[in-house]
Amino acid sequence: MIKKSAEKIYTGLIVLFMYAPIVTLMVLSFNNSKTRAKWGGFTFKWYAALFDNQAILQALSNTLSIALLSAAAATLIGTAATLAISGMGRRSRAVFMSVTNIPMLNAEIVTGISLMLLFLSFGIRFGFGTILLSHITFNIPYVILSVMPRTKQLNPSVYEAALDLGASRFQAFFRVVFPDLLPGIVSGFLMAFTMSLDDFIITHFTKGPGVDTLSTKIYTEVKKGIKPEMYALSTLIFLTVLILLLLVNYRPKPQDAAIPGAERTQK
Amino acid sequence: MKRKTVWKKLVGLTAACCLLTGLLTGCGASDAGSAAGDNGEVIVYNWGEYIDPDTLEMFESETGIRVIYDEFETNEIMYPKVEAGASQYDVICPSDYMIQKMIDNDLLQELDFDNLPNAKANIGAQYWEQSEQFDPGNRYSVPYCWGTVGILYNKTMVDEPVDSWSILWNEKYADNILMQDSVRDAFMVALKLNGCSMNSMDPDELAAARDLLIEQKPLVQAYVIDQVRDKMIGNEAALGVIYSGEAIYTQRENPDLEYVIPKEGTNVWIDSWVIPKNAPNPENAEKFIDFMCRPDIALLNFEYITYSTPNDAARELIEDEDIRNSSIAFPDLSQYENLETFTYLGEEGDGLYNEMWKEVKSR
Repeated sequence: MIKKSAEKIYTGLIVLFMYAPIVTLMVLSFNNSKTRAKWGGFTFKWYAALFDNQAILQALSNTLSIALLSAAAATLIGTAATLAISGMGRRSRAVFMSVTNIPMLNAEIVTGISLMLLFLSFGIRFGFGTILLSHITFNIPYVILSVMPRTKQLNPSVYEAALDLGASRFQAFFRVVFPDLLPGIVSGFLMAFTMSLDDFIITHFTKGPGVDTLSTKIYTEVKKGIKPEMYALSTLIFLTVLILLLLVNYRPKPQDAAIPGAERTQK
Repeated sequence: MKRKTVWKKLVGLTAACCLLTGLLTGCGASDAGSAAGDNGEVIVYNWGEYIDPDTLEMFESETGIRVIYDEFETNEIMYPKVEAGASQYDVICPSDYMIQKMIDNDLLQELDFDNLPNAKANIGAQYWEQSEQFDPGNRYSVPYCWGTVGILYNKTMVDEPVDSWSILWNEKYADNILMQDSVRDAFMVALKLNGCSMNSMDPDELAAARDLLIEQKPLVQAYVIDQVRDKMIGNEAALGVIYSGEAIYTQRENPDLEYVIPKEGTNVWIDSWVIPKNAPNPENAEKFIDFMCRPDIALLNFEYITYSTPNDAARELIEDEDIRNSSIAFPDLSQYENLETFTYLGEEGDGLYNEMWKEVKSR
């Protein structure tokens, strides 16, 4: 009994410490005063200012498009790489896995500066493209990491059986192997998306003049203090994600029979 | 069945994100690229939040030169990008010692002051003189913002008159003191208190300053950078070391705060416009710098940033008399002794300072 409530208090404390900063930020986004030290009254003006601020909106759209595009590209490349690697012998697999893991194990600043020097030596103009390329680079290992365990669970006989039953290799892959890999691919995509959203250091070194993502934009405001528009934007992003998650998790469960192909996948 | 759900979730999320991105890019792109850009472009690299965005638009519509604007957060982060040539900038706004480092490493080009009539006419003589410390002969840089470093204190929490750095060692204010969390700024305080130059390279002087900082450490509430501002406004500390530009803003928010330049002298810092050697559009860069020195433009920027402007003609235009004659924003430099500006100490000097600072911080 006591243990139970102690556990509950402990969990409660953890949740409190995790969310208190976010709540503070949300409250401050309605603060009429620019400083966090003083409550100047309730206002929506930062939200209005946010939608007037082209620089922030541009940074937001850059961030989202880079995250989406890089996660999609990394998922494609990463999945293909996983399939190839899983078909290798033990020794070459170990070699390739350690190579693909480098961007993940390396300190971000090393990856960032290395990429910058690489782009420089090829004479590539810095801008949106270089950020995208670097994000794809560091996203690939995350996709490989989450798809790899799935390929280990694959039963090779199923694929062969599909071929025996007259499916082309293409059909056999998309109808038999791919559905089995899908959960891994999805989580790889989401992971890559998150990593890309979150990144500051690599973006900083590979971005060109005039192209900003949210993280670099926020960081440049450090000298003069973060502007409350950023609080407003963060509040909106937090709420959007929260609502999306609630919708995904609490929507009505569809009937099993209504889904075509359900019988097959249950085998 | 389970796979289908995951798939659907993914499709839903992706669709939502695409929609959002589309909406934002749509409204972001619509008004760019109008009249501006007919006369080429100028790529500016400045501190974050260090310019009134309206002045950029005015520059674009008056000259037809498109401004590509980029921001950095510290001199140290700006330097490797410029040195590596990763991005080629036309105009950069580094601080004093960093300008010297860039001159030493042959990264800057000399300015042609015939193309900078506004700079010649409007920037006050004392700022050119101060700039000589890091840019001998005033050949490479045009001052943009400047200020001092001093003590911000709360009148209700401090009884005695504040006029010396030594009050930061007064045990009465234990746990109520905020120090700057950066090597040179922290050592400046200790070196000045000991009567030394803040650009000292003498190991004995530095060791004495280090010991002084270690002695002070138990009294310090926190080593911070930009939080000094908010903490002082919120009455969370009695004394803080702060840049003068923030003093005007903090006083506006909390009238109990007062700023002083200690009698032992302090750091006079200057951020100036420079043109790097590899600038793709040096003519446009000169036009940009000269535009920023126009009195009306400098005034707009002063009002936006609240950091002191070296532009005497702009100062004349300030309507609020209290600010125009404020001794915080525009102290008469000749009244103080031992005012200095940071100079670049070379790699060896940087190493020495960093080593000592580590010893202070790790105690």
